[in-house]
Amino acid sequence: MSVLQIALVGNPNCGKTALFNRLTGARQKVANYAGVTIERKEGHYTAPSGRQVRVLDLPGTYSLAATSPDEAITRDVCLGRHPGEAVPDLIVCVVDATNLRLHLRFVLELKALGRPLVLALNMVDAAQRRGIVVDAAALARELGIPVVATVAVRRHGAQALVEWIDTAAVAAPSAAPVGDVHAEVRRILAVAVGSPRDTAATDQAIDRVVLHPLAGPLILAAVMFLIFQAVFAWAAPLMDGIEAGFGALGAGLAALLPDGLLRSLLVDGIVAGVGGVVVFLPQILILFLFILVLEESGYLPRAAFLLDRLMRRVGLTGRSFIPLLSSFACAIPGIMATRSIADPRDRLTTILIAPLMTCSARLPVYTLLIAAFIPQRSVAGVFNLQGIVLFALYAAGILSAMAVAWVVKRLRRDQGEHALLMELPAYRWPHVRDVAIGLWERAMIFLKRVGGIILALTVILWFLSSFPAPPDGASGPAIQYSLAGRIGGLLEIVFAPLGFNWQICIALVPGLAAREVAVSSLATVYALSGHEEGLAAIVATQWSLPTALSLLAWYVFAPMCLSTLATVRRETNSWRQVWIMAGYLFALAYAASLATYQIGRWLA
Amino acid sequence: MRLSELQKNIPAVVTGVVDTGADDPIARRLRELGFVAGEPIRIVASAPLGRDPVLVQIGSTRFALRQSEAARVEVTAGTAGQVPA
Repeated sequence: MSVLQIALVGNPNCGKTALFNRLTGARQKVANYAGVTIERKEGHYTAPSGRQVRVLDLPGTYSLAATSPDEAITRDVCLGRHPGEAVPDLIVCVVDATNLRLHLRFVLELKALGRPLVLALNMVDAAQRRGIVVDAAALARELGIPVVATVAVRRHGAQALVEWIDTAAVAAPSAAPVGDVHAEVRRILAVAVGSPRDTAATDQAIDRVVLHPLAGPLILAAVMFLIFQAVFAWAAPLMDGIEAGFGALGAGLAALLPDGLLRSLLVDGIVAGVGGVVVFLPQILILFLFILVLEESGYLPRAAFLLDRLMRRVGLTGRSFIPLLSSFACAIPGIMATRSIADPRDRLTTILIAPLMTCSARLPVYTLLIAAFIPQRSVAGVFNLQGIVLFALYAAGILSAMAVAWVVKRLRRDQGEHALLMELPAYRWPHVRDVAIGLWERAMIFLKRVGGIILALTVILWFLSSFPAPPDGASGPAIQYSLAGRIGGLLEIVFAPLGFNWQICIALVPGLAAREVAVSSLATVYALSGHEEGLAAIVATQWSLPTALSLLAWYVFAPMCLSTLATVRRETNSWRQVWIMAGYLFALAYAASLATYQIGRWLA
Repeated sequence: MRLSELQKNIPAVVTGVVDTGADDPIARRLRELGFVAGEPIRIVASAPLGRDPVLVQIGSTRFALRQSEAARVEVTAGTAGQVPA
């Protein structure tokens, strides 16, 4: 039997991806806001009859008249215009049973295509809780298409749909056009749906507080501040444990192995380098815990609502908020998430400033320097001084992003109108399982980076720092005579005005491929220079305060991430944007570090 | 009256959406989202500093609309029973 091709189509945030994951066993990202899925995703399952089914998960859309790049993908697949994608044998139209008034309109639009169509009536559990009674048989009769109830987030919640797809004779509905779509929706609702007057009393009560003109912004600021405090305060004990573990491992290996190249590679190269990065895993996971919970709860679009006015003033849109928040994890998914921004100019500006949101790969650099130079002290009894400095660094990134967006807006003298038109979803309790899976995947991504690119770069750096061996009678540390030492010496000419020594200059180069490597490189470079202590202790004694602050300022802008630049090239299809981004980030980083170092020296 | 002039928490009913020019994509999208004659509507929240954007409840769905978007929606104060659709 041939493979059955089905496509999941529907309004944004109705649970298509949750259903896709349930059907195929995939783990695509789900969250509670419109526009999580921004490209088509493919999966497979085997039906009970043994038939192969290929499932396409498509971005949500309100209509086939697409207004943004992600909506256009769905339109093209449904109409058979997508290159390399045949028209699906069956369209599974997913609707949120609590929001049929909006979602049925799109069902009627899809039905008018005259292709085989089945309605997956999703979130029937949530509808029940709210007292909404949907008569599925009446709905099927009035719509003229089959209806199957699903609860995509529950185990076996898609069982009925799987069986229906496997056994039903898939047929195309009548494509007779409906005169007034909205009147038809109202008619069907009157027949098939019984709903109490007010179905969202709890949501309204929450919104009255979190969207209050005064309380709302205060709550938003408090949530953001709490995240940065937690990243420092909660992670500390775990980090101390990991650091002690790697220290013991290094000491153990050093005792076992004879003095020589192998011992140097293992102890100074791999254990010092990799250990220097793994120690940041707890902080990254705490940051992600907050991001995942916020994404699932439905709070993020509320934050976008509160910030829209401010962001518009600098030439952005409230819709930029979610891509920019994702960029705190990593700029790459953040830049891809801008596909849900309909306006091309808003989208481009958002892409340009996304790297100014401090990504989690920069966290190791920040925390290393903060731990070394900022005393652990409580401020006003409740706040942690180190947490406040971290918050200030993130704030510096955000403020400069706003400034850059404002300059871009001025440069293009934009007078056109930009739409917001954003749906605010119902609040939802985050599913512990989804959050746990999200954290697990984050941890795996991070550890794979450590085991892959970071380990490889660390080993390469060890070689470059160990060879060639110093000439006989050399006085300084061996590393100064190595290839890396010489490269660092050359770069120091450019970076000396910023207060960067040659060790920092060496670390900047592998940091281009992965920013965390800057830290592991410093660990390796100092280990090879004969320093035995932990990296934080070394920099605390070897560097001046202006140098440390200057490096922090550098990493606020840090133009150095090749994968981000590659993503920008793909998403904008333009080398020009790549050069503009790399150029302005480098200029800002250099200027900020220069100012920080020179002012710092003058004050000291 | 335009939706942009409607006060918070005053029930109203949509009478139509006005295009601001030929082929207005924002007006078209508003109609697709259910801003059509006869729908009860209410402003449930407004953003700090100048009520822009506003949060609009229509049916069981909530949308954030900027003032310029809300100005395209014509409404009459009152509940659906009192106002002919």
